[in-house]
Amino acid sequence: MPLSSKHLLGLHGVPREDIQLILDTATTFREILDRPIKKVPTLQGKTIVNLFYENSTRTRISFELAQKRLSADTVNFSTSGSSTKKGETFKDTVRNIEAMKVDMIVVRHQSAGVPKFLTRITNAIIINAGDGLHEHPTQGLLDMYSIREKFGKLEGLNVCIVGDIAHSRVALSNIFGLKTMGANVSICGPTTMIPFGIESLGVKVYYNINEAISNNDVLNVLRIQLERNAGERIPSLREYHKYFGITAERLEKFNKDIVILHPGPINRGVELSSEVADGPYQIILDQVTNGVAVRMAVLYLLGTMH
Amino acid sequence: MKIILQNVCLLNPEQKLNQKNDLLIDNGIIKKIGSLSSEDKKDADVYDFSGKYCVPGLFDMHVHLREPGREDEETIITGSNAAAAGGFTEIACMPNTEPAIDSAEVVRFIKEQSKNHLVEVYPIGAATLARKGEALSPMYELFEAGVVGFSDDGVAIKTASILRHAMEYSKMFDLPIIEHCEDESLANGAMNEGINSTLLGLPPIPSVAEDLIVMRDIIMAEFTKAKIHIAHISTKNSVELVRQAKKKGIKITAEVTPHHFTLTDDSIKTFDTNFKMSPPLRTKKDIEAIIEGLADGTIDCIASDHAPHSIEEKEMEFIFAPNGIIGLETQLGLALTELVHKKYLTLEQLVTKLSINPRKILNLPVPLILEGEPANLTIIDPDVVWTVDVHKFKSKSKNSPFDKRLLTGKAIAVINKNKMFYEDQFIDISS
Repeated sequence: MPLSSKHLLGLHGVPREDIQLILDTATTFREILDRPIKKVPTLQGKTIVNLFYENSTRTRISFELAQKRLSADTVNFSTSGSSTKKGETFKDTVRNIEAMKVDMIVVRHQSAGVPKFLTRITNAIIINAGDGLHEHPTQGLLDMYSIREKFGKLEGLNVCIVGDIAHSRVALSNIFGLKTMGANVSICGPTTMIPFGIESLGVKVYYNINEAISNNDVLNVLRIQLERNAGERIPSLREYHKYFGITAERLEKFNKDIVILHPGPINRGVELSSEVADGPYQIILDQVTNGVAVRMAVLYLLGTMH
Repeated sequence: MKIILQNVCLLNPEQKLNQKNDLLIDNGIIKKIGSLSSEDKKDADVYDFSGKYCVPGLFDMHVHLREPGREDEETIITGSNAAAAGGFTEIACMPNTEPAIDSAEVVRFIKEQSKNHLVEVYPIGAATLARKGEALSPMYELFEAGVVGFSDDGVAIKTASILRHAMEYSKMFDLPIIEHCEDESLANGAMNEGINSTLLGLPPIPSVAEDLIVMRDIIMAEFTKAKIHIAHISTKNSVELVRQAKKKGIKITAEVTPHHFTLTDDSIKTFDTNFKMSPPLRTKKDIEAIIEGLADGTIDCIASDHAPHSIEEKEMEFIFAPNGIIGLETQLGLALTELVHKKYLTLEQLVTKLSINPRKILNLPVPLILEGEPANLTIIDPDVVWTVDVHKFKSKSKNSPFDKRLLTGKAIAVINKNKMFYEDQFIDISS
């Protein structure tokens, strides 16, 4: 059974069957990652370009490793030294790359909608690796995979996304994906970091971290993005940590088996205390490993079935 | 050369004129209205305009012509051609050219470029030098050279202090300050703030970015007793602020664009940059308030904010694409379709907002349909159904979100300065 769409642009509107298929397929690829030889010939002969217009370390490496594990030929493109600096338009850059006969483009860009734009100007299969403040679907999928791995299910779980929701592309993908899979999704953060109308997506909003902890099975804690002017929205990192930071003391107070996710990189001592970041509740490094398996699943399903 | 407009409905709310009649134009002057003799008809070209309306030439007071500086996007001539095709005999062009219209030389250049065209072009001068908001432009000199208003359009006048001085100075010429109402510190996003900006992950612009500057300008207009004109109003609150200011007797007028009474921010869901504008497309409740404001007279006129951009500039990432769309050739069709045929406005009200009020705001004479007056006329077919095709447009740019849209009503001819534009041709009617 193929995925219902040629591209993965976001998780908004992606049917439950597609998400289920990706997560189930990722389970088989996850097993490959534990083998001594972590490579299968599934995408041999396919050419994939990683088009990263925005800085990324872990997402780019995760995608690149996933591609190599599937035996695809990969090319990396980043903005430094690119033709955009020479005055070429984004459209021309992409069409030149496509003319070199690439099959898939993995794109990260600071402008929301660029993956959608690429579907209009190229014939390649497009995978969104994060567009502006919009979506980061593979992060959403790997979060769901990691939660499912831990609990054996997604349906009926209470999941709270904590932090700068307004400047997060992870939050929207999580909200769309988790709700499609039947989880109860809430968000928690200072009022200045809650985007307009988010409640209309069927999301409960907490402004008190203790309530969020006490009412949820999972906390997906987002990074405070200092590079996106977070400083205008909170008085200080110290105050943020004091009122919204996840600390061992807070978790122990409610004495429950809560699971902590974080898409990384962590600001230690801000959104998570070091004790929590390294402690028993978190599955942060599992997320990183699972990310490769989930991206292999997406690349495989899109690369071989369309 | 004589031309006869036969069986046309002559409509001019300014004269309380609404009657079917024949009209003879001889050498650019309205020679006779009424039954025409065989002598009148001799050697005349006759146009049968049964079912059509003849109104004072339409006036668009908010157009960007891009020349000087960006002639690849539009020139004074291509913009004027687009205006004629859209039914306009006169337009006012905004000063955000390169260089800005902040010297008499640029004003004279624009007038010189357009002097032989059917469409009369009135420059609007920059309120501040280079539109930087730091020092007043030579407003007196600009006035003498022929500007009809002052604006830093594209941005609001930067500080309350320079706004005060621009307003006070403009009183000497009784010309309005035309204000682009967006607070810069809040308007640095890419679309209206709302559930759609949340869903699309595009940086939002809250409606208060507009409301704050409208409020500031109203207070300053009351203080200085100068004329303020709110360009492209787009929010419910702004409409109410203008309504209340008018009740207080403040010298305030306002305009709205067709896209702000036709489209909501729902349109952006495809990330098509042809829907990216400044101020951004708002919500259904804003549109309802705007239509109410048009009907009750709070909003005085309709203007296109015709903003040409090259294909390569618009065909890019949403946050980097420039704001604005072309509008001269769709404005009348949209206004007829969305306002008149939906019975929000009568045709008389629409003509008032597209022809009479813009001229009054800019202190220009309203053309009269009277014997002995120069023929400055637009012929409208309110019922013709047509499909927008940007590739047939006269404008040099094609950045319209209305391509392929079905509209009801358009201009079929314009007459001005002894010239006629009809069936895609400019016809010299002087000889």
